[in-house]
Amino acid sequence: MSGTPTPAAALPKPPSKLKHGLTLVLVVLLLWGSAHRIEASFGRLFKGLPNMGDLLREMFPPKWSYFDNVVHPMLDTIRMAIAGTTLGAIVAVPLAVLAAANMVRSPWIYQTFRFILNLLRTIPDLLLAAMFVAIFGLGMIPGILALAVFSVGLIAKLTYESLETIDRGPLEAMTSVGANRLQLILFSVVPQIIPHFISYVLYTFEINVRAAAVLGLVGAGGIGLYYEKTLGFLEYDKTNTIILFTLAIVLAVDYLSTKLREKLL
Amino acid sequence: MSRKRWIRWLIFAIVVLIYVWTFWGLPVSGIKPTAGQITRSIFHGLFHPDWGYVYLPDGEDLLRGLLDTLAIAVLGTFISAILCVPFAFWAASGRNKPRLQSGAGKLILSFIRTFPEIVMALLFIKAVGPGSFAGALALGLHSIGMLGKLFAEEIENMDAGPTEALVATGASRFQILWFAILPQVLPGFLSYTLYRFELNVRSATILGIIGAGGIGTPLIFALNTRHWDRVGIILLGIIVTVTLIDFVSGYFRRKLA
Repeated sequence: MSGTPTPAAALPKPPSKLKHGLTLVLVVLLLWGSAHRIEASFGRLFKGLPNMGDLLREMFPPKWSYFDNVVHPMLDTIRMAIAGTTLGAIVAVPLAVLAAANMVRSPWIYQTFRFILNLLRTIPDLLLAAMFVAIFGLGMIPGILALAVFSVGLIAKLTYESLETIDRGPLEAMTSVGANRLQLILFSVVPQIIPHFISYVLYTFEINVRAAAVLGLVGAGGIGLYYEKTLGFLEYDKTNTIILFTLAIVLAVDYLSTKLREKLL
Repeated sequence: MSRKRWIRWLIFAIVVLIYVWTFWGLPVSGIKPTAGQITRSIFHGLFHPDWGYVYLPDGEDLLRGLLDTLAIAVLGTFISAILCVPFAFWAASGRNKPRLQSGAGKLILSFIRTFPEIVMALLFIKAVGPGSFAGALALGLHSIGMLGKLFAEEIENMDAGPTEALVATGASRFQILWFAILPQVLPGFLSYTLYRFELNVRSATILGIIGAGGIGTPLIFALNTRHWDRVGIILLGIIVTVTLIDFVSGYFRRKLA
């Protein structure tokens, strides 16, 4: 055995580490560039930490009496989320149908609508709200519209994706007994899609409650305005009351909505 | 009436009540009379964007604003990807681990998740002053909530075989982590980090509204001063950037999967 040494070429080569190394270098460069660009430094962070500590100390105990002042805006926030989600859901239905490849024959049509839906989802809701405030003035209306536009993009996308996976069986059965197009949609498509659709609307509602809580920062109604008010007057204990209240509402809505969605599907 | 129908009517009634309550509280009027005119100006601005703003030799322009936004997102994502790992191991439930422990970890992560990033940015502005750095810190802290949860799920779904094999050969804790756990969870971790990066780019575009840096600052300024052509070019810039980042990041995520 010892007389025939294995030629080096026959040994399997270990996978090259070059690629990983290069990736690592790239990531480090990216991070360094980013940190340089925004002037991030540990020095500033450490200098800021005592400020942060003071701020947190002043936040406790929360000022519970402020609760009465923010109940009404919080209810407005929930109203905005409900109205925005509903409006978005209604508009999303025809868009979802037009974007589903098995509902419309021409790829031109459904690709165009998918493109529009993608565009809608790239614009963050706070930006939409800022635009609508510029158009309609301060208040809940711009907030509702911003949430609605964002909801359309999300609900329509999720819905057209499930529309494309519906079972063809009932459709074929109804076509073979001579159903017209309306009957086809009403009795074979709608029953299959409704639970999914409601589930997506609830999911969007969860997201919208969170979003609605901060829309007030740009003047679009709801509780968000009070964050800026209390922080501006350095009343951090009041801010904390709002934060805790918002957390409680969001967690409650999430819990309820998740339970409902589990029941649906 | 059967029980099922009765429940159906009850649900219907509750939904109707919710809607009555909602629309009762909405303001009826409050739309500015100039709304139509402003909408027309905005659309005019969107279709005739201020191309000159894309690059200005000196000072604030679109490209630099977008670069800041991306830098905030990169740094924020990195901070959270590092900080969330201990949380993830804490929150992941395992066979020989008390339920209470992982439950507590999950609860903390869900608290961090529900805390709005924009409010977190307001708090960081108070600490380190206005600017992109506050924005990156806020995104970094907020993203821990979601990344920690996803990472924890990845750890839970891990195959126990390699760990057991290494334990049987008497490997140290560090060796187990390095040779059995990391190779299994790393692709998932990277994929989730990229996904969070896509979300963070979107979030970073709005941070400027409250003074935490990025493209949001010139946008809110252009909105307030009614420079609609500038609003148009900034919106276009945001849409193109977000779409591009989604595309690139999606490509890498498909390769990782």
